[in-house]
Amino acid sequence: MSLDTTTVRKIAVLARIRIEDEKLPALADDLNNIIGWVEQLSEVDTDGIAPMTSVAEMTMPFREDRVTDGDDAERVLANAPDKSPPYFTVPKVVE
Amino acid sequence: MSYLIKGETADWELVIGLEIHAQVISNSKLFSGSATAFGAAPNSHVSLVDAAMPGMLPVINKHCIEQAVKTGLGLNAQINLHSVFERKNYFYADLPQGYQISQFLHPIVGEGKLVLDMEDGSVREIGIERLHMEQDAGKSIHDKDPRRTFIDLNRAGVCLMEIVSHPEMRSPEEAGAYVRKVRSIVRYLETCDGNMEEGSMRADVNVSVRKVGETDLRTRTETKNVNSVRFMMQAIEYEAQRQVEVWESGGAVDQETRLFDPDSGETRAMRSKEYAHDYRYFPDPDLLPIELTEAFIDAIREQMPELPDQKKKRFMRDLGLSAYDADVLVGERETADYFEVVAQGRDAKAAANWVISNLFGALKAAEKDITSSPVSAEHLGRLLDLIADDTISGRIAKDVFEIMFATGQDPVLIVEEKGLRQITDTGAIEAAVDQAIADNPDQAEEVRQGNAKAIGWFVGQVMQKTQGKANPQAVNKLLRDKLSS
Repeated sequence: MSLDTTTVRKIAVLARIRIEDEKLPALADDLNNIIGWVEQLSEVDTDGIAPMTSVAEMTMPFREDRVTDGDDAERVLANAPDKSPPYFTVPKVVE
Repeated sequence: MSYLIKGETADWELVIGLEIHAQVISNSKLFSGSATAFGAAPNSHVSLVDAAMPGMLPVINKHCIEQAVKTGLGLNAQINLHSVFERKNYFYADLPQGYQISQFLHPIVGEGKLVLDMEDGSVREIGIERLHMEQDAGKSIHDKDPRRTFIDLNRAGVCLMEIVSHPEMRSPEEAGAYVRKVRSIVRYLETCDGNMEEGSMRADVNVSVRKVGETDLRTRTETKNVNSVRFMMQAIEYEAQRQVEVWESGGAVDQETRLFDPDSGETRAMRSKEYAHDYRYFPDPDLLPIELTEAFIDAIREQMPELPDQKKKRFMRDLGLSAYDADVLVGERETADYFEVVAQGRDAKAAANWVISNLFGALKAAEKDITSSPVSAEHLGRLLDLIADDTISGRIAKDVFEIMFATGQDPVLIVEEKGLRQITDTGAIEAAVDQAIADNPDQAEEVRQGNAKAIGWFVGQVMQKTQGKANPQAVNKLLRDKLSS
């Protein structure tokens, strides 16, 4: 598998990362190196083995349905770059 | 009953699939301990998990899993012992994580089916494809500032069930009946309050059209923003008509997301978002798969209440109600409960009549619902007893009911206080009958000549003289005896 610059540009747009056109080829090379490295895993025969999503040999812990958090708008908003308490604010989103 | 759109070149049929988002009833959110209650101060029901602060980890709410399983059982669906949460990636201002935790390849509930009883008596079976759990997003408020959008994350992270149907509905009416049925079931189960106006139940509507006889599906559109059954049916009608016109004029329908505008009754394309549907799902590394046991599911199965379909069958089988009456009564659990109290130990058909015709009519006129009815089920039952034991006539009962509705009083008290007890004393009725005959000799003669209709007129006269309190059967009998030639 090999990424071209068009695909890299698309990934950047999806991730909302701005990348100048002249940087795309170098980035594509870097990403291809990483993918190539990870692809070595495909040399292992995994036929008939179910995909694994976690290495932890445990089942997911469940939480009881109790209210234990919240009521702290000030702390939640503390790091917001733009706010109008008690709201977060962002540049106008119009649909 | 088939719903077809006549075009220039062919008749077109509709193919409709629905995605219903139902907010789960729970105290706290799906992955955090903040509250879910509606209408709180902005951003007061938000934890650092909901705000997606770095390093925060989701921990799943057991009750939300139980609610999803319960709903799955209510939809006659397969419950999957193994299910997986995945990240659905997209950027939006009210989605702080930059992804929605949802289920994709392995939902908690698989194939199910719903049976719809249509108004014309036909029965339709609609397949359910899946039900999966996911997080709700926050809320964007656009009208507070000309340059900025305000964000309230109180709703962010509340558990949603997305219930996806197969594209098996063929008319706006079927889609309407389907949504009402799902709403009825989740309300019976108390897994969602079904409130479409407040947005705790929302539907996305997938519509395509095809020529009658075609077996392949044509391109569909998805319409969002429908917050009532009526609007949904309107949106389907509009969208189907629009698509037929596009195909017939030689064009092609674009696969796109559209918004319904309730003011115009039209749908319009959302501003196209490049890559909008490139969600890059992958298993959420913060969450392990959900592994359920049969014992867990059995415990939930044992708590299942009687559902609307079962109740309807019981009302028809055990109480002898018509399919129509039974259907009307079981739609809302509160209505069914009310009816059962009224019918307990009484004539069930009479009880159904009073609830459906008199009570519903009065409630509708007063813009109230069954839970705020001024007439309690116990009082309405007592009114039926007063009719059954001939204390009052059916006509007087209607007057008593009006007073009950206005004052909330016990009918027994009303009848005593207003002196509405039926006159069963034959002497008093006979006197009134004699008086009426003596006052109207011409009409009396007509009856004697064989004009049976005039008897009815005499009954009216006697009832008027007794303020409606005479037993109508007794009056009738006396008149016939006295006027027979």
